[in-house]
Amino acid sequence: MPIERIAVGLTVNGCAVEQWIDPCAMLLDVLHELGLSGTKKGCEMGACGACTALADGRRIVSCLALAASYAGAAITTIEGVGTPDELHPLQEAFIDHDALQCGYCTPGQIMSALGLIAEGCCDRATIREGLSGNLCRCGAYPRIVAAVAEAAGL
Amino acid sequence: MSTTETIATGTDTTTGTETTTGTETTTGTETTTGTETTPADSSERTRGPRIGENAPRPDGVPKVNGEFAFGNDMWIEGMLFGRTLRSPHPYARIISIDISKALAMHGVHAVITADDVPGQKLYGLEHKDQPVFASEVVRFHGEPIAAVAADHPETARRACRAIEVEYDVHAPIVDAELSITAPPIHPDGNIFRHMFIRHGHPDSPESEGVVAVEGDYEIGMQDQAFLGPECALGIPLEDGGIELYVSTQWIHADREQTAACLGLDPEQVRMTMAGVGGAFGGREDISLQIHTALLTLHTGRPVKLQYSREESFFGHVHRHPAKMWYRHSARADGTLAKIEARLVFDGGAYASTSSAVLSNASCFAHGPYNVEHALIEGYSVRTNNPSCGAMRGFGAVQTCFAHEAQMDKLAAALGIDSIDLRLKNALKTGDRNITGQLLSGVVPVAELIERCVAHPLPAMGEVGEMMGRPGGAGRTADAHHIKRGFGFAIGWKNLMFSEGFDDYSTARVRIDEGQNGPVVTVHCACAEVGQGFVTLAQQIARTVLGLDEILLHPADTQVGSAGSTSASRQTWMSGGAVQQACEAVRTQIFASLAATHGVDPETLAIQDDHIVSVDGTFSIPVEDAVANKTFEATEVNRHVQTVRLDADGQGDAHVSFAFAAHRAVVDVDEELGLVRVIDITTTQDVGKLLNPRQALGQIEGGIAQGVGLAVMEEIIVTNGKVRNASFTDYLIPTTLDMPTVTIAALIEEPEPGAPFGAKGIGEPPTIASTAAVAAAIRNAIGRDITRVPVRPQDICL
Ligand code: FES
Ligand code: FES
Repeated sequence: MPIERIAVGLTVNGCAVEQWIDPCAMLLDVLHELGLSGTKKGCEMGACGACTALADGRRIVSCLALAASYAGAAITTIEGVGTPDELHPLQEAFIDHDALQCGYCTPGQIMSALGLIAEGCCDRATIREGLSGNLCRCGAYPRIVAAVAEAAGL
Repeated sequence: MSTTETIATGTDTTTGTETTTGTETTTGTETTTGTETTPADSSERTRGPRIGENAPRPDGVPKVNGEFAFGNDMWIEGMLFGRTLRSPHPYARIISIDISKALAMHGVHAVITADDVPGQKLYGLEHKDQPVFASEVVRFHGEPIAAVAADHPETARRACRAIEVEYDVHAPIVDAELSITAPPIHPDGNIFRHMFIRHGHPDSPESEGVVAVEGDYEIGMQDQAFLGPECALGIPLEDGGIELYVSTQWIHADREQTAACLGLDPEQVRMTMAGVGGAFGGREDISLQIHTALLTLHTGRPVKLQYSREESFFGHVHRHPAKMWYRHSARADGTLAKIEARLVFDGGAYASTSSAVLSNASCFAHGPYNVEHALIEGYSVRTNNPSCGAMRGFGAVQTCFAHEAQMDKLAAALGIDSIDLRLKNALKTGDRNITGQLLSGVVPVAELIERCVAHPLPAMGEVGEMMGRPGGAGRTADAHHIKRGFGFAIGWKNLMFSEGFDDYSTARVRIDEGQNGPVVTVHCACAEVGQGFVTLAQQIARTVLGLDEILLHPADTQVGSAGSTSASRQTWMSGGAVQQACEAVRTQIFASLAATHGVDPETLAIQDDHIVSVDGTFSIPVEDAVANKTFEATEVNRHVQTVRLDADGQGDAHVSFAFAAHRAVVDVDEELGLVRVIDITTTQDVGKLLNPRQALGQIEGGIAQGVGLAVMEEIIVTNGKVRNASFTDYLIPTTLDMPTVTIAALIEEPEPGAPFGAKGIGEPPTIASTAAVAAAIRNAIGRDITRVPVRPQDICL
């Protein structure tokens, strides 16, 4: 395809990356190009939240995020949360509450909840409102809310 | 769709995360042990959770840290990208297909049509009537016509657009009722199944009671809307066969159908389960398996085919929309004298499982009640609408909505409390259903009803905060206009496949010496779709064998079929197969002890982690008994034989039955037609809770889908065209739409014949929850509601 690629510098999970990308590329696809497939693709229309990542700590749906416009931003994906040996307390809480079934929405739920906790959430109603952009077709919602509440210290 | 290319190779150094290479990492559950995540006890080794405990999912850690590989995470060096061309018309004759321009495009490796199908041109789960690619006629909007493999997804997309298809467009047949008598739109005719169930003497004057109520009910087309869209990866093999990785519910049925269309022996098609992002029935049929395999063999290259969300809506079957007429007649004391119903299920363009869905709908059409006489007539019909097949509840959801509405209506006509009416007629163990089958298992209908309605209402306060009101984020409902309503419903369905189907599952269990002691490997082709079978398999193996380290072999076709992950059957069928294989291995261990220790194997048993003799004179840790030895057994678990219903719909068609009751509380803004489901209180008969925490997740999740069908979920099809194939237009419940779920009782009465007495629990929560919400809306507004999903205009106009 005769589209001129551009070099974009991203910081992904603390690592600086220089990537040649299509100017139209969405961040979600660039993350997958980088081998980071934990960020999921559910709709590519900003409607399901499976692709949620953090940009400078704020929640974004990476399927609608123009990658080129995130040059210089610090991107955090699920791979940057916890370590294989030591899960993040929120990940632990998801396991303890069995806040997942198929697990497809789970990375997005966790990233969204991390962003929400950082934004500040004071009760379960706020958690539900704050996570209403993350669909879970398996219907694990009550457990997700319980896990997030625990991790948020509520 | 990806539009990027990584120019710099070797991205591994930049992010610290390895790129997936090869296929070893493509399966979700591979060699995961569940013991790492369980808290260590004081003894030296970790004791893994047994049956009845809250074992953590073995795939939980990779699912929360992003490592779990779902179908569309699969990647292999040099793979091509597939794409399907679909019909824009619901009904048309194909005049010509010109692929030359697409084929000439740079980067395009293959463009295939029906001409390139070397084996059978038709496939289907029950009845082979669906073309791999349409060649003469297209029968639904979105029917596949051609497929492309290219070096980039975007190239594949453009190549599809370059295929020129000339159509002679016909007026589609979209009304199932009219289709019954319309000219056939398929050589096999328009009627998938027409059946009767005659119980008692419905034609006799005595069958008529003193009070009768009648109603017409309608249910819209629901989509499974699993969050992880369909995906498959094909890899050509040197022997001319193919290796296929696919997210599916039943790899052996996929293999059968795929091999037949490829013109290969099933053995030449090796299939492995890729991680499944939800299923709910929508992955029981073939979607992209055959297309992927054809492209792979055609190009001799690995090919990955994955659907976008939009294509997913076109690519799988949906829940049958239905129109149902009912008439209930009762004696003065409320005894059900006669139930008559006529069910018309719209199966769409191709058969899928339409016949079995209709059979289920008809068998459970009377509800879990005794009735003296019944006459049920059912049709499942071909139209030019999207094809319909399996979805959680499988026919029972549709008729439950109608029979429960009728029970409320009948109670009102009789002047009897609707709960009392249900209790008076409730089925119990030893009764017969309308197909004449003796209900010999656990049938706790009265207890489920009583305990559900007796449960105190949860604290809900007055009409909720803004966000909690109908309309939610729209902040539109005025608190003064909100009416609260309460509704009740109970439903039932069969567990496992019915009507004579040879239903079985296979498991292979092996014990080897590992680095830190014996390791049990469980090999079963059961599809893990989120229901938690992998957790139960480990719990069962630990419980039977008294060993803790349980590995799960990837689900593939190197072992016999496990059947489908549907019909609430896998705990019973595959759980039972794992149990039996473990028991066979246990027998081998006892025999080896007899040889080495001179004990009578008949006197041995495994208690927790020891093998002991009944007289107490012999005891040895299981670990020591199996040390440095290998044991292996493969077992097939079959349930009791069932029969196909006869011409009067009579026969022992089912294996076992499960029941669940729901009480719904809703707030309704009558002026705006908005509904908020506040709470669902439920009771369910579960036989035995094998993993209580996972069971609750199934119940909550099933209720979420039932609520979705009640108030928001519908694929809108206008004159055969799908109008809302996206998550912005097809709405599924968010966490704000999710009611609180209150478990009033889970009845643990062991079901005879079931492994550990456990009944399947996945579907019952979806059956009556829809009906309960509809009843609550009726109660709130004092008007009839005869259609789900309930739309604003059904409430306020
Ligand atoms: S994939 Fe981005 S919101 Fe659905
Ligand atoms: S766990 Fe399946 S979509 Fe949330």
